[in-house]
Amino acid sequence: MMLEAKNVHKRFNGAEVLRGIDLQVEKGDVVAILGPSGSGKTTFLRCLNFLERADEGELVFEGVHYPMATATRQQIAQLRKKTAFVFQNYNLFLNKTVLQNVTLGLTVAGKMKKAEAKEIAIAALTRVGMAGKLDSYPSQLSGGQQQRVAIARGLASSPDIIFFDEPTSALDPELIGEVLAIMRELAREGMTMLVVTHEMDFARNVSNRVMFMEGGRVIESGPSGQFFSAPKEERSREFIRTILRQE
Amino acid sequence: MNDRLWNVIVDSFPKLLEYGLKATIPLTILSFALALVIAVAVALIQYAQVKPLLPVCRFYIWLIRGTPLLVQLYVVFYVLPEIGILLDAFPVAVIVFGFNEGAYMAETIRGSLESVSVGQMEAGYCVGLNYMQTMAHIVLPQAFRTAFPALSNSLISMLKGTSLASTITVREMLTEAKIINGRVLETGGLYVEVAVIYLAFCTLLTWLQHVLERRLARHGGTVK
Repeated sequence: MMLEAKNVHKRFNGAEVLRGIDLQVEKGDVVAILGPSGSGKTTFLRCLNFLERADEGELVFEGVHYPMATATRQQIAQLRKKTAFVFQNYNLFLNKTVLQNVTLGLTVAGKMKKAEAKEIAIAALTRVGMAGKLDSYPSQLSGGQQQRVAIARGLASSPDIIFFDEPTSALDPELIGEVLAIMRELAREGMTMLVVTHEMDFARNVSNRVMFMEGGRVIESGPSGQFFSAPKEERSREFIRTILRQE
Repeated sequence: MNDRLWNVIVDSFPKLLEYGLKATIPLTILSFALALVIAVAVALIQYAQVKPLLPVCRFYIWLIRGTPLLVQLYVVFYVLPEIGILLDAFPVAVIVFGFNEGAYMAETIRGSLESVSVGQMEAGYCVGLNYMQTMAHIVLPQAFRTAFPALSNSLISMLKGTSLASTITVREMLTEAKIINGRVLETGGLYVEVAVIYLAFCTLLTWLQHVLERRLARHGGTVK
């Protein structure tokens, strides 16, 4: 088991957003986390990287235990070294060029030499097709390009798992494809990924497992083929019907 | 314009400019540097919510913004000697101007820090940076860019404000005008002349601001 989360609880001002979430991820898994908005899926993902502090729960990552409510700063730093996070709004560093966005973590946090970091960054940017824009600033890029740089920034630190928080939700429809194509390629190469998404096509055809959440609970989770062809829960069936009708 | 007035203006110009360059400008630069250090410190304390120091910062801002600059100058200049601290007028002026403008600039910088999106901080954490590194590389540079026009305002306002130092015996440009006026009695002409020199200094600063803003915009474009 690469990652296991047990009994994750989270309250915001008394409102319970996560009511005991469990998740198991094997190496090479691509897990799509689905659910209507407000189901807690983004909060859950953010808790896994400690961007949000869970009130209760335990995280086991590559054999190391992290108490989610009380993990120390050192523990969190250790976890983040091996993970990457891709945001809905890209969150590229606005005062840095494309190249600097990717090298900053390597040189400042990783104490890597500039030349070496640049080499790694260019390799990562090549993977996402953005090596031609090294000196551009985020404000000069389209949303799709920004998200691709954000993915390269995540890849540069050679993470064992990448968390994606609705990576295509902020994009214009014609730009979604270029980001999904990169994610599909990463999946094919065996990258372990946890993807909060509304892209049913991605969930069905790229992810191998689905976790369906609603109201802070896991309603159903299992292989994606089974989830889409033979959902066990009535609520899952309803959700899939609604989504398919929209598409 | 009569010849006498013209002669007074021409004769006094080198002297006034000299004091502008050797007193007004250094006074402005030193005071602004002090203000900037205070402002960044106070803004960071508030932004990072350093609990024990918060009341100190709030008290400082409340006190400074609630009293006139001229009164602050008088209080410090006349009270310090009474408690045994003897300082020249020039350092007193630097301290008062620095602490005064620092309070306003602290609010400017705090607002700019808060305008940097939380996502920037979170992205910093996610690539492995700690709080200090994220502040130094990401948040502060962006906040500085946002604060830049307002800070330029502060600098320009401070340059003119240094003329108040003439009331506590600092020998700067306006003091010099008063001294010359005592000799030649051309009050109107001399003060218009001083105003023109201040205007020239401020024009220069405004121009500098535009140049720097354009350069900042080139490095990173607009901050959304």
